[in-house]
Amino acid sequence: MAKKDKAPQVADTGHEWDGIRELTNPPPRWWMISLHASWIFCLVYLVLYPSIPLLHGSTKGLLGWTQIKEFKEAVAENDAIKAPYLKKVADMDGQALMADPAMRNFAESSAKALFGDNCAACHGAGGQGAAGLFPNLADDDWLFGGDFDTIVESITDGREGSMPAHEGMIEDAQINQMADFVLAAAQGKASKQGFIRFDENGCSGCHGEDAKGGVINDLGSGAANLTDGIWRFGGSREDILRTIRYGVNEDPADVPKTRIAIMPAFGEKLSPEAIKMLAVKVHQFGGGK
Amino acid sequence: MSEQQQQHHVEDLYADASHWHVNAGDETIHAKRIGGRFRNYRWYGSSLWILFFITPFFRWNEQQAILFDIPHRQFHLWALTIWPQDVWMLSLILILLAITLFAVTAIAGRVWCGYFCFQSVWTDWFTWLEDKIEGNPIQRRRLDAAAWSMRKVKLKTYKHSLWLVISLLTAFSFTAYFADVYALWQSYISLEAPLIAWVTLGTIVLCTYVFAGFMREQVCFWLCPYARIQSVMIDKDTELPTYDVARGEPRGKLRAQDSASHGDCIDCRLCVGVCPTGVDIREGLSEGCITCGLCIDACDSIMDKVNRPRGLIRYASQKEMQGIDLPPLFKRPRVITYAIVLCLSLGGIIYGLSHIPPVELSVIHERQPLFIQMSDGSILNKYTIKAVNKTPHTLEFQLRITGLDAVKIKLPDGDSIKLEAKGTIPFHVYLRAKPDQLKQARTKIVFILESNNTNDKIKLKKKSVFIGPGR
Repeated sequence: MAKKDKAPQVADTGHEWDGIRELTNPPPRWWMISLHASWIFCLVYLVLYPSIPLLHGSTKGLLGWTQIKEFKEAVAENDAIKAPYLKKVADMDGQALMADPAMRNFAESSAKALFGDNCAACHGAGGQGAAGLFPNLADDDWLFGGDFDTIVESITDGREGSMPAHEGMIEDAQINQMADFVLAAAQGKASKQGFIRFDENGCSGCHGEDAKGGVINDLGSGAANLTDGIWRFGGSREDILRTIRYGVNEDPADVPKTRIAIMPAFGEKLSPEAIKMLAVKVHQFGGGK
Repeated sequence: MSEQQQQHHVEDLYADASHWHVNAGDETIHAKRIGGRFRNYRWYGSSLWILFFITPFFRWNEQQAILFDIPHRQFHLWALTIWPQDVWMLSLILILLAITLFAVTAIAGRVWCGYFCFQSVWTDWFTWLEDKIEGNPIQRRRLDAAAWSMRKVKLKTYKHSLWLVISLLTAFSFTAYFADVYALWQSYISLEAPLIAWVTLGTIVLCTYVFAGFMREQVCFWLCPYARIQSVMIDKDTELPTYDVARGEPRGKLRAQDSASHGDCIDCRLCVGVCPTGVDIREGLSEGCITCGLCIDACDSIMDKVNRPRGLIRYASQKEMQGIDLPPLFKRPRVITYAIVLCLSLGGIIYGLSHIPPVELSVIHERQPLFIQMSDGSILNKYTIKAVNKTPHTLEFQLRITGLDAVKIKLPDGDSIKLEAKGTIPFHVYLRAKPDQLKQARTKIVFILESNNTNDKIKLKKKSVFIGPGR
């Protein structure tokens, strides 16, 4: 078979050394097309989009595109989708909101970010609080009430409980007696005598005669239920003694060891709808009434 | 090995190299179109693709029969609705398709490429139109080479507009599988279609036009992975369009005086002329051969004319050509293996399709906090239930818990669980147990949901845990 020699058919550059010709094989057509398409794309891009860096910023591009603008558009788009739901949240009262599975789910899902931004720092991502420092929102032991409207109120206006420091107000022996009583009451073993002393020392004014706290006795005092196993400031004897001696939210200048327990008001920071949605989430932690 | 044989081998080496021709699309292949048996088979194969155009118009239950509803994440296939949770079947379908391809290829070569592949079929339609408009290959080559004239402009415009119409129809039919076909037509005509619909339409139009109009066999040569996969699926048992070397060689022009010393091949090159991928089948099996059998038609027509028996090029395996009997299908290890995988995947798909659960249930135990101590000393666990009701009607369930006695169940709404049709709204279930019931920190429990309606007889079970403080 004859050998195929393609070379003579190809154009050359005119350079020839010792019978060896330099050929001009053009690049493949698809390659040239890609090359031209690429630089045309670059030019179009340069004109349409911000591209050339200058001393102060860069060229703006004919489309006026910026990342921030695109982000804002995406946010606006998202807001537009959420708007009808938020309108519904605003129009519904707590009971209706909790009874509608779809709206309840919307509120809880939306509140996830809100809770993370505003609440979780103290109360924990799951509302579990921090022992002795910040109250647990997931249990059913409420200082001010666990129904929907009260939760909304707590978030909107904040809460600041108070308990007087009893050091100097009553004898140290009595303080110790009360600590023993509280420990016994938490296990349901408090004596009758104990309840009488509890009343005499003025504790029942806030905690109720049965020591079951402000909510159950409807006193609005924010005083804790002392008969359950849940402790606002710790359940050891030392913890209890400290709480009785130095109280809660006394002026730290006078009583340095007082317990500080302040829930800030979110009414100005968050919209009413946001607070409603947060209330759904808190309610859904498990302790909602 | 004798010296002569040695010499022969060396010559073969060079012969191989001289046949080495890379088809890089430097020149357009203008294949001659002639009739015949395999030409008809190709038409039958390509006519199946008419279904592709009309299927979107089939309706079922006031809905498009086949609809890939991506925004709602549901695939409708007549009465079946496939949810994302059922998508495991997709892997079986892919296996089934792949193995079918392998099995068919092992037995009869690239049947898919030759008769059914959309690339082959659309190219076939496009070149058919080209043949009708611009004439036979000689006239087409002449037209391509000719300077621009009114006639050339007219013919080319005519051809390209028809190509574009087919491309447009193809693209429209493709997009119609993803949206309601009537609404889609309307939105395209009123220019109100969403961006994604325009982009899809444009992409498919462009791909069809470029692939079938210009790239043609180049796609099979250089783009298509299946072509390469199939090429390695072929073995010595595979039936393929093959040139009978023993009968045909030495080839030579048909002349009265020396034809006795020649084989049956008269070197008319019609087999090359009709080949849509420009292969010379007489040089053996080529990577470009899509086994469409058009060369068989061509050769048979010539053999008839020169009064020689048909079948100089015919479907035959390498073994048959060497005079070895083919083993029966069920004795070939490849065929057996493929058949087993085929049956397994088919069985899996049938099982899957007939056992799509009416409700997809997941129970997620709250992790933060793992448990909540309540004021009465009991332990509360919170669970998020995500249940997809795939049926078209509302279902109502009773919840039972096994594994933990006397556990108190708190449901979100009333004393039963209602699942709206085709919905997934997550909700919480709270379980409450006394600490003395809990023997260890982690108690294994089972959620049992039973349908209230005895006709449904739906019973769902899901394992979970109840977590307490431990002892």
